[in-house]
Amino acid sequence: MSNENTISRRGLFVKIGVLFNGLVATALAVPIVRFVLSSVTRGRANAYLSWVPIGSVADFPEGETRLATFKNPYVMPTDGKTVDTACWVRRVAGDQFQVFAVNCAHLGCPVRWFPQSGLFMCPCHGGAYYRDGSRASGPPERGLFEYPYKVQDGLVTIQAGELPTPGSPTASLIGRKPPCAA
Amino acid sequence: MRRLITQTGEWFDRRLQLAAPIREAAEHPVPRNTASWWYVFGSAALTVFLLQLVTGILLALIYVPSASEAWSSLQALNHDVALGWFIRAMHGWGSNFMVAIVLIHMVQVFLFGAYKFPRELTWILGVFLLLMTLGMAFSGQVLRFDQDAYWGLGIGASIASRIPIAGPVIVKLMLGGPIIAGATLSRFFALHVFVIPGMLIGFVCLHLLMVLKLGINEWPMPGRLVKRATYENEYHQLTRKYGAPFVPYAIWKDLFFAAFILLAVAACALYFGPFGPTGRPDPTIIQTAPKPDYFFLWLYALLSLLPPSMETPALLIGPVIAIAALVLLPFLSGEGEKSWRRRPIAVLTVLLVAITLGTLTHLSGYTPWSPHMNAWSSDPVPAKFLHGTTALQRQGALVFQLKQCRNCHSIGESGGQRGPALDSVAVRLTQDQLIRQVIQGGGNMPAYGKNLSPAETTALVAFLETLHPAGQTPARDAALTEAQAEGQDKNKSVSVQ
Repeated sequence: MSNENTISRRGLFVKIGVLFNGLVATALAVPIVRFVLSSVTRGRANAYLSWVPIGSVADFPEGETRLATFKNPYVMPTDGKTVDTACWVRRVAGDQFQVFAVNCAHLGCPVRWFPQSGLFMCPCHGGAYYRDGSRASGPPERGLFEYPYKVQDGLVTIQAGELPTPGSPTASLIGRKPPCAA
Repeated sequence: MRRLITQTGEWFDRRLQLAAPIREAAEHPVPRNTASWWYVFGSAALTVFLLQLVTGILLALIYVPSASEAWSSLQALNHDVALGWFIRAMHGWGSNFMVAIVLIHMVQVFLFGAYKFPRELTWILGVFLLLMTLGMAFSGQVLRFDQDAYWGLGIGASIASRIPIAGPVIVKLMLGGPIIAGATLSRFFALHVFVIPGMLIGFVCLHLLMVLKLGINEWPMPGRLVKRATYENEYHQLTRKYGAPFVPYAIWKDLFFAAFILLAVAACALYFGPFGPTGRPDPTIIQTAPKPDYFFLWLYALLSLLPPSMETPALLIGPVIAIAALVLLPFLSGEGEKSWRRRPIAVLTVLLVAITLGTLTHLSGYTPWSPHMNAWSSDPVPAKFLHGTTALQRQGALVFQLKQCRNCHSIGESGGQRGPALDSVAVRLTQDQLIRQVIQGGGNMPAYGKNLSPAETTALVAFLETLHPAGQTPARDAALTEAQAEGQDKNKSVSVQ
């Protein structure tokens, strides 16, 4: 009788010990999971996006498409050159612009602009886009990603901060299929 | 002296008590016919894995996992540190060899029916070992933080982002932030150096333990069927009655092959040198055509050959089906015939997969789907296409180059292969069809209507019409010639009247 009692007492301690560890593990899991997910939670509600200048209006001749670069607004000390980002800027006329991501809408390779034929071509799988960013041929299922832009005091600024990918919400937010403006 | 060694050994073994179990493991009996050159790939994979551990640790002595420093630290390894280039080359070639040997090992195990009862779990662990090996290969390519790594990550992010609902979250988890930057490299470093190797070591130990506990698969005899009820007894007979101790009966072939593979890795490292790094990972340098390492080339080819609408389903469902098929295989055919001589579908499956992957890999060697970005300005128009042409036709040849047609269309065997070669286009298309194709595009060609003046179109088509082999007449619209002839006849009759 007393023997059984001792065993169950030990057994109880083991159970309490396991339970105690479970509680501590759960408590520790909260900061661990929050740390692991920090890059996701921080990006909620487009917090990564902000307005960055890409040059003055005069830098972009009317009717032409030029490469511009900007620094990604969210920077960590070890980022090095990777925060420098390129974009294609098309000045349609006056203050009317189109600012395209260099990333192909297929798999993200950098597209190049050919003014002679008025096409963006992707070196990876051969996606091609017209000058207004709409899809011309190849594997992409949509046009180039477009940044929202503002022109203020002769300065062109765009809303940027996230890598445009086919599935990201910012891509669908900012990358509506460009109107077929010639 | 000898007595001293024996005494020291005994002192340690009284405390460690490992000698007996090690001897037992080494001398465990194996079926005699498994002492074969076909049974060396598992130990070879383990050998290369150990090589990767050693060379990886050596590289970590110099490498800096920071987006701003990684590339320069690789340059230092290549050029400043004595034999740094050789250790990098060994690690890079070791990775290629490891993927290849793991695949060969898998094919051998599959064809020899080794995944059947009671070795199902050994096979499943093996499937996960293959996935981890591929994970190491990809993350290793990322640590070589150059242009290919940078844009390769972008491709990975683009693929991951297509997963319904969870896509964007997965992309941010994968990149460690909103863009490919310092945090991305750091987390791939953690994956490549701590997480995946840790799991690999654990899984390799389990995998090996099960080979020891369950015994190596006997040489499959056509007609000797595996039955759950009797197999273990039969195997026992093979090993206890007719078997031979693993050491030294079978192990010498493993030893020879392991040494041979290490030599082969070293020879490749010496001869070909380290992989890259290619250009700096600077996203503003867009004059680049990223390409994956060789074990992912087939995927690169597949992604350009699939119809666009098939891509996302194939990317997301394909791997799930493939992994599920591999994991479920031992449950679907856990018994029965082991010999490949009586399993034609198994042999055909291996051949089909091998030929498919081989063809796709071969195709990505010369990427016929990629435009040649510099063909328009660098590839000359062969003189034979200009000989005896009119001014208008030569003007057309200029338009052909200047409008980058050459980037996708080759003439005289040079230029892009994205579109059809145009050496004999005039035989295929009439003048009207050429004009229509140039202006409206279609069939995977952009429409050039807005980028060609009527004069340029006329010149271009005039040039294209000259592109036909000597002695072969260009295509003509039969209906049109008929109609014209008829019209002339009518005119004639009118004039006669």
